[in-house]
Amino acid sequence: MADVKKVERPLSPHLQVYRPQLTSISSILVRITGIALLGLSTLVVAWFLAAASSETAFAAMDGFLRSWFGSLIMLGGVWAFVYHMLGRLRHLLWDFGYCVDVPTSEKLAIGMLGLSTLVTLIVALV
Amino acid sequence: MQRYLTDRKRADGLGSGRHGTHHHWHMMMTSLALVVVVPVFLVTFLAGFGGTYAEVVAYFSQPVPAIIVALSLIVTISHVTSEAVVAVEDYVHGARGKLLIIGLNWFSYILIAVGLFAIARMAL
Repeated sequence: MADVKKVERPLSPHLQVYRPQLTSISSILVRITGIALLGLSTLVVAWFLAAASSETAFAAMDGFLRSWFGSLIMLGGVWAFVYHMLGRLRHLLWDFGYCVDVPTSEKLAIGMLGLSTLVTLIVALV
Repeated sequence: MQRYLTDRKRADGLGSGRHGTHHHWHMMMTSLALVVVVPVFLVTFLAGFGGTYAEVVAYFSQPVPAIIVALSLIVTISHVTSEAVVAVEDYVHGARGKLLIIGLNWFSYILIAVGLFAIARMAL
């Protein structure tokens, strides 16, 4: 039977002992926004279902999404949606072999954060 | 000394799943689709959001907004579900991980079906 070899291998840097960097934070945010968007899609679908159902159902769902708390979720959703798309666009660039170096990736991270925040501000003000 | 682990048990879960390339390709496809979907959906949705009940129903029953919303729901939900499934594959293992992945897929199918039903009901 097979022998289980127990080798002490070095562990990869763990989140808690890893100095936060623009590259790691921007990458983790892509995953967080991706998962958050599943929750947000549920809210948006619930809103559409309410609109398709009845005026009272719509009033409840629309009232919630347009309350101060709902608006906060919706604006966060706009930010997450734009940020995630830009983050995935950066992955596409990397997949095609472009921008695969730390300085360019950091510039792209700043661009992702800046552009998604700009779009969110425009939506908030308009 | 007696070994209690079989060869099968030692190898289990350590090999290639042979679907990685396809998973990656699926992420690339839906990511590229999102580049179009995100701006188009935001403009369309925000133009309709915030109106009265009658305004919202009238707006989303038009062909172009209805098709854009339906398309965005399919592309976005299938993309973010894969995103959540990959996170489960990374951090949750064994039966719990498998059940979570099945649950996420079911949830995404239901979400897409309900969303399309809502749009169809308004538009048709």
